[in-house]
Amino acid sequence: MVTQLRRLNDIQQEVVRTARDFAEQELAPHVAEWDRRGHFPRAAVDALGELGFLGMLMPEEWGGSGLDTVTYLLALEEIAKVDPSLAVSMSVHNSLPSQMLLTYGTDELKERYLRSMTAGKMLAAFALSEADAGSDPAAMMCRAQLDGDRYVLNGAKAWVTNGGTADVIVAMARTSDDGARGISAFVIEPTWDGFSVGKEEKKMGLKSSNTTEIVFDDLEVPVANRLGEEGHGLKYALASLEHGRLGIAAQALGIAEACLTLSIDYARERHAFGQPIAEFQGLRFQLATLAAEVAAARALTYAAADKQDLGGSARKEVSMAKLLASQAAMKAAVNAVQVHGGYGYTRDYPVERYFRDAKVTQIYEGTSEIQQLVIASELFGD
Amino acid sequence: MKIAVCIKQVPEGDARLVIDADGISIADADLATEINESDQYALESGLRLAESQGGEVVVVCLGPDRAEEAIRRALAMGAGRAIHLNDPAFQGGDAAATARALAAAIERENVDLVLTGLQSDDAGWAQTGPILAARLGWPSATLIMEIEPEGDTIKVKRELEAGWFQWVRLPLPALLTIQSGISTVRYATLKGIMGAKKKEIAKVTPADIGLAPDEVGGAGRKTRTTRLYVPEKTTGAEIIEGDTATAVATLVEKLQKEAKVL
Ligand SMILES: Cc1cc2nc3c(=O)[nH]c(=O)nc-3n(C[C@H](O)[C@H](O)[C@H](O)COP(=O)(O)OP(=O)(O)OC[C@H]3O[C@@H](n4cnc5c(N)ncnc54)[C@H](O)[C@@H]3O)c2cc1C
Repeated sequence: MVTQLRRLNDIQQEVVRTARDFAEQELAPHVAEWDRRGHFPRAAVDALGELGFLGMLMPEEWGGSGLDTVTYLLALEEIAKVDPSLAVSMSVHNSLPSQMLLTYGTDELKERYLRSMTAGKMLAAFALSEADAGSDPAAMMCRAQLDGDRYVLNGAKAWVTNGGTADVIVAMARTSDDGARGISAFVIEPTWDGFSVGKEEKKMGLKSSNTTEIVFDDLEVPVANRLGEEGHGLKYALASLEHGRLGIAAQALGIAEACLTLSIDYARERHAFGQPIAEFQGLRFQLATLAAEVAAARALTYAAADKQDLGGSARKEVSMAKLLASQAAMKAAVNAVQVHGGYGYTRDYPVERYFRDAKVTQIYEGTSEIQQLVIASELFGD
Repeated sequence: MKIAVCIKQVPEGDARLVIDADGISIADADLATEINESDQYALESGLRLAESQGGEVVVVCLGPDRAEEAIRRALAMGAGRAIHLNDPAFQGGDAAATARALAAAIERENVDLVLTGLQSDDAGWAQTGPILAARLGWPSATLIMEIEPEGDTIKVKRELEAGWFQWVRLPLPALLTIQSGISTVRYATLKGIMGAKKKEIAKVTPADIGLAPDEVGGAGRKTRTTRLYVPEKTTGAEIIEGDTATAVATLVEKLQKEAKVL
């Protein structure tokens, strides 16, 4: 990696090697085709699960590897470098629903869902956003009405990653009209009556990730499948996003690193004015500055991860990392297309795919503006 | 079945190689390394045999401290324990010196089968396996593409030239050198990686295996490397014009007089 600054410990080296070998051998030969067909590679997800990449942060007690956030992000970057679409499935699964189940789930729920999730036997999704409640999830409309020993859910969630392919979904729904305090979290199974998958989004990039609407029509959820306390669901979801956002930062770093490497390789090969374009200072300086920016974003991301591993909140650092890493990814992707000239604008080279994939890192799990909002609220103590 | 698998740590395929100040070796500071490719297949074969027949896989590796990374990888993939021949005296050996040390270590282990890779990706002599078999006094077969254990014998398929194969039966104990591509090498799972921390790596010196320091490593060599160099890049290719007869005549003349290879 051109922008890796850390010295990795033994375990980290080994984990990175497995992730890299897997990505290069099992994903790289297929990503372009998966992207073109919009194909979600379930078999690749299963293989990730068998290797242990879907339970990295979960304790051994629940079948996970009990690894730290730093090691998890290192692995995620390797996957993202080759296949950003698969990386987001891995990120969502490991951070959002897994963290929520681990922290707020009863032992019974953990036994039923978390154990299968860490083993990669169940793929999980996280449904917070709605068509009219993205940056402001407290505006959600989806309802959960208590009726004896069950809740009856009605409404629709939008933009659900793994929405049409998940085996278990952690969904937030409104249990009272009390704004942000009227939302609860539920563990639901897509096979239950009253659940259906709505339209699949036709996206600019991340085409082999499955993003769909999901619809609840009198979906009955046992009270035992509520996570934690009623009315605390949004708080739980936002807390899990602290883990999720670091995953997105790592995904962005993977994209940035891939773009830098592709740019350097291409600049060495391509000739103009009788010499490799890598000889032109105008191009060298661009890449030099970019490499420094990516390295800085990486240093920030891993500093935030270190802080998270030591316990306590790293809310500000995580938002800073997500803001800068996604910015670096976008810049590296735009620049990579530029370095490739006309060829970069075609499907014959992978940079156009990274270009399309990079943008979303500035949008999901909190747009860049939302990250700025979070950082500012920490700065001003409000 | 108790199986010893010999592995060597070599530079990664796309590593940038720098010749050391001694002019006969590769500088290894910051060198990216991996388990030699055909050794990975040997390990995979050993693990599959142990899984189907019962038994254990012991990894044997001669190399400096840094070789522990390769050993840990093998343990993470599923080997039970490891023997690391690690002592300054072991360094700088050729195939004969290395095989002598490996034989002395393996003799103490009472194994049924030794697997090595066909050849190393760096030195590439393809001799360590056969010499090791000779040292042990065991039958051996090279270029193995399939293994079928049959009681106290083993049936193996060897790759010959031009798409030909040969089946051979050997009594155990025996040694096989494994060809790359015999199967699909598994990835180390995260569980395997975490579990490897708890597995034993026995560090062995020449004295531990009953050898004198001058019988192994550089002092125990039978061959000597005199120079290691990167082929010089020269510019300019000459295209020989004319009909075939004239072109051939010109080419032969150039090969004799200018290149002096005929
Ligand atoms: C591919 C993909 C996958 C996704 N996966 C998931 C998932 O798995 N689960 C899930 O719950 N959601 C998911 N999302 C949804 C995603 O998190 C939202 O799209 C995101 O939070 C933005 O919400 P929005 O689209 O409604 O935009 P809006 O909230 O409408 O924002 C529009 C614009 O207004 C800006 N804006 C909004 N509020 C402010 C403010 N206060 N100050 C300044 N600017 C502001 C935004 O930054 C943005 O530029 C996914 C989205 C995509 C595209």
